Amino acid sequence: MTDYAVEAQGLVKEFGDVKALNGIDLVVPRGKVVGLLGPNGSGKTTTVRILATLLKATAGSAKVNGFDVKSQSDDVRRSIGLTGQYAAVDEFLTGRENLTMFGGLFHLDKKYVAERSDELLGKFDLTDAADRPAKTYSGGMRRRLDLAASLIAKPGILFLDEPTTGLDPRSRIGLWNVIAELVAEGTTVLLTTQYLDEADQLADDIVVIDHGQVIAHGTSSQLKDQIGGDRLEITLDDEAQSPNAVTALASVVSGEATTSGANYSAPVAGGSPVLIEAVRALDSQNIGVADIGLRRPTLDDVFLTLTGHGAEDQRPESPEPSRRGRRGGRR
Amino acid sequence: MSAPTIQAQRPVLGWTIHDALIIARSTITASFRIPEALFFQLIQPVIFVLLFAFVFGGAIPIPGAEPGSEADASLYRQYLMPGIFGQTVAFAAAASTVGLAEAMQRGIIDRYRALPMSQPAVLIGNTFANAIRQILVLTVLSITGYIVGWRINDGILNAILAYLLLLLFAYTVTWVGAFVGLSVPNTETANTAGLIWIFPLTFLSNAFVPITALPTWLQYFAAFNPISALVQATRELFGNPTGAPTDFWTLNNAALYTVISCVVVIAIFAPLAVRKYRTAASK
Repeated sequence: MTDYAVEAQGLVKEFGDVKALNGIDLVVPRGKVVGLLGPNGSGKTTTVRILATLLKATAGSAKVNGFDVKSQSDDVRRSIGLTGQYAAVDEFLTGRENLTMFGGLFHLDKKYVAERSDELLGKFDLTDAADRPAKTYSGGMRRRLDLAASLIAKPGILFLDEPTTGLDPRSRIGLWNVIAELVAEGTTVLLTTQYLDEADQLADDIVVIDHGQVIAHGTSSQLKDQIGGDRLEITLDDEAQSPNAVTALASVVSGEATTSGANYSAPVAGGSPVLIEAVRALDSQNIGVADIGLRRPTLDDVFLTLTGHGAEDQRPESPEPSRRGRRGGRR
Repeated sequence: MSAPTIQAQRPVLGWTIHDALIIARSTITASFRIPEALFFQLIQPVIFVLLFAFVFGGAIPIPGAEPGSEADASLYRQYLMPGIFGQTVAFAAAASTVGLAEAMQRGIIDRYRALPMSQPAVLIGNTFANAIRQILVLTVLSITGYIVGWRINDGILNAILAYLLLLLFAYTVTWVGAFVGLSVPNTETANTAGLIWIFPLTFLSNAFVPITALPTWLQYFAAFNPISALVQATRELFGNPTGAPTDFWTLNNAALYTVISCVVVIAIFAPLAVRKYRTAASK
């Protein structure tokens, strides 16, 4: 048995004239979470579908749990759980009936399935809804049921294809907690996502793909380092003071500043001391500050730097570093 | 909690049956959770009975009674019911088409395909469930028929054979329906594509009009149409009027021709549907 739960080499997939994958190499070490990050149509789902034996690669090879996806597909299927982009449960069956059905189709013992269903329903907070048709579930509940269904046989390897797409923020965080728990119990996860914060939150390693090719991989912080260090970001009280701020901070920051309205942004070298220096410099010039902080580049920035376009496909906004990435910016 | 307990090994065919029964049971359970859909599935053939019995009944002469007489209308109802039975089981195909197209679109098929289960079992179970559902439909239809004057005239044993023949036919067409459902790009198309081929097939037959009333070139088509044979066979087995005799072998050996047609159609469409299922990428 190898140390890798998933090993793929040179995966190519052509749909007619369209080359969906153009030589993907990927490894997922056992017990780790690898995030496959890319915009819509980049080849994430195709990769997962090949690894889950749903599609055959045009070229290249892949092993899952040491089994070849082409020649040992049944062994692969016994090793994995798959949760796709849609909650693939029968919505007219109850939660429990769905789990019983999938357990039966996994050829598991009836008594085991009954116990395991109870356990999973409890764990995913579905006990109260267990005997209601899945049709009546909220989006988050359906995804949790879907995840429970893929865990019925306790697979060591879990493929999660955009598990939180379309969920409201609260359900997303709920699902993240569930996934984090599974990982803590030793499950290997290959996760695809187009949400940078999701990869950031869950994945040990991130593989960035675009147009069917791997364009970068590493840990979240390695990827962030790749595009440079921290940035000093300030919101001024008064927009008119923005040129003064640029002058006042010229000796504090390490590169060229950009301003937009009352917002100021510039790269800096060094950590918190820079922040103190900046506050002093602004204070001595009587420049009022509404908000000030150091921000590590987000994966959004990484994506823009690597691909020249945002993570969400064809995003029309200008390539400014996103303000949404501000969370936790002050260190 | 302990490691998952796997059931004792079985031969491939054993697993196929095991998995198909699970799928069939789930499909049937699910259909009872949508009482509205079930209601309309039942009401449609009932409306057909009433329409044909009371609207067209007097206009279609059946040999053996004075045209336009009360005896003629009653005779037509006897003649009509097996036609409605045949038409109804033919429509069972549409349920398969829509069901599978939906399962495909919603990603359930993907989940099945990623399981270490027998893959043909998904289709075997689905078609089987659709045929079983027809038992309920045929029951409601028979009661409606009885109310408008249809009778079983040739003993219970023959009647059971007639119903079995109808169920075999239902099972057969659901394979065609399954193939169509796996071939269409989405559920919207499935709703139309599922029905479009059934209409001409049921009307270009002896289901509602004696075959001798059709233009000659259509008579040939209608005579080889398995629905005609099915309807002819059920008329004979129920002891209902069959219309004027014809020279067509298919209609003079109706039950045999029906069974042969069913075997041939399943032999063609079951492998086609399974192949389609294996290669289908979810849309």
